Amino acid sequence: MRRRVLLLIVAAGFLPACGSGGGTASSSPSSASLSGFIHVFAAASLTASFNALGISFHQANPGVGVDFNFAGTPTLVTQIEQGAPADVFASADTTNMDKLSADGYAGGTSKVFARNQLEIVVAPGNPKAITGLADLAKPGVIYITEAPSVPAGKYSLQALASAGVKVTPKSLETSVTAVISKIELGEADAGIVYATDIKAAGSKVQGVDIPAASNVIATYPLVTVKGTKSADMANSFINYVLSSTGQSTLATFGFLPAA
Amino acid sequence: MRRERVPIVVLIPAAIGAAFFIVPLVGLIVRSPWHDAVAALTAPETVEALKLSLVASLSATAVGLILGVPLAWVYARAEFPGRDLLRALTTLPMVLPPVVGGIALLLAFGRRGLLGSWLDSTFGITLPFTTAGVVMAETFVAMPFLILTVEAGLRSMDRRYEEAARALGASRWRVFTRVTLPLIAPSLFAGAVLCWARALGEFGATITFAGNFPGVTQTMPLAVYLVLETNQEASFILSLVLLLISLVVLVGLRHRWLGSA
Repeated sequence: MRRRVLLLIVAAGFLPACGSGGGTASSSPSSASLSGFIHVFAAASLTASFNALGISFHQANPGVGVDFNFAGTPTLVTQIEQGAPADVFASADTTNMDKLSADGYAGGTSKVFARNQLEIVVAPGNPKAITGLADLAKPGVIYITEAPSVPAGKYSLQALASAGVKVTPKSLETSVTAVISKIELGEADAGIVYATDIKAAGSKVQGVDIPAASNVIATYPLVTVKGTKSADMANSFINYVLSSTGQSTLATFGFLPAA
Repeated sequence: MRRERVPIVVLIPAAIGAAFFIVPLVGLIVRSPWHDAVAALTAPETVEALKLSLVASLSATAVGLILGVPLAWVYARAEFPGRDLLRALTTLPMVLPPVVGGIALLLAFGRRGLLGSWLDSTFGITLPFTTAGVVMAETFVAMPFLILTVEAGLRSMDRRYEEAARALGASRWRVFTRVTLPLIAPSLFAGAVLCWARALGEFGATITFAGNFPGVTQTMPLAVYLVLETNQEASFILSLVLLLISLVVLVGLRHRWLGSA
């Protein structure tokens, strides 16, 4: 799922001088001299927030276009390791980030830029009267979640275990978006997803809080990809995400602050 | 059979075309962890997924034959307004992204779907998250291949044999089973095999309509996709198994049924 946010850069006399060596000493974050494209590979749960960040980053740095590739985090790791042209990698968990680093594809030390918590997703009006994790095991409730290889699926298992709830899902979906769409369509009654996903879905679904004692906080790290030809622009994007502007954008999408 | 020298202008693109398919396969074979092959193949989830895949794809082919052959006959023999439109509609899944096909099936046969809500309230039948749902998703995507192949067979056959049998007093049913079906046997088999192969590899419509749960709706392509995210190399082995099964069937049947066609 590639979304080309900004394509108009070519008109501005785009020279393939993508700042690989860029001998200029000025590494100030004003970055008016930067020009070109960067490819940001980001977890599917970041789709809406990163699209917004991409637009505001481009407004702040008119020379730089941001090209996003959103997919499940493990898929992104596979793509990067198979040579996909990524400059920045934003992961939905630390496990996949650690894997990328261990395999030698991280361009530096990753930085946590956001956190997210789990919520139970139900249909508007909560027709099955779900009030907490224990209700997922009620007879007549069709519960679905993500497969354990998907970070959200792994976290939902942890949350259920710490709440002492035993429930067999009807389906192990491949992404949080698939779980939400099945709740929207009415095929399933409840699922566990990120709070941000419920916020993004608006009035089509409703969230039920999971108490902090059994909730799992997901940590989102990002890093430059080793061998990027646009290290200056990649770092400038990362700094933008970590800046107070970037953080407040993420907060409007329901993310918890990085620390 | 006279051997013909292949002109160079044909040979070069033909070789590139063949390599385009063969090189990715070689990639899979080279990168597969063969020492782990036995463990990957005998893992209970693999066996379960493989069994489910075979059962579901064969069921989808059976449904395809029962419903698709009559439909092909109608397209080939009946004249009625809107036939071309109908044919286009029933073969749309060939070009529709399978995920969209899965959503369409949910809108029709899901718990809140056009027919599904009635099935649920009247009979208590819900199809999503069941093996029957897998068969439906696979049939939806694969049957068009059978319909088109059989229709082509019916159109190209020599209808004088049917007319002669009729003139000699055979009933329409007898003509169909004793004359028509044997004459179109090659296309019938080709259509069934294409349909089966497409059903075996089906992913998008299945995961969207039927979901993914081991032993119930997790077919091999779904298992491969999920294993890919945790153990990339094991997923190569699983893909090769699917591939090998299909290859054996395709080569075997082509030789047996289409060799002279």
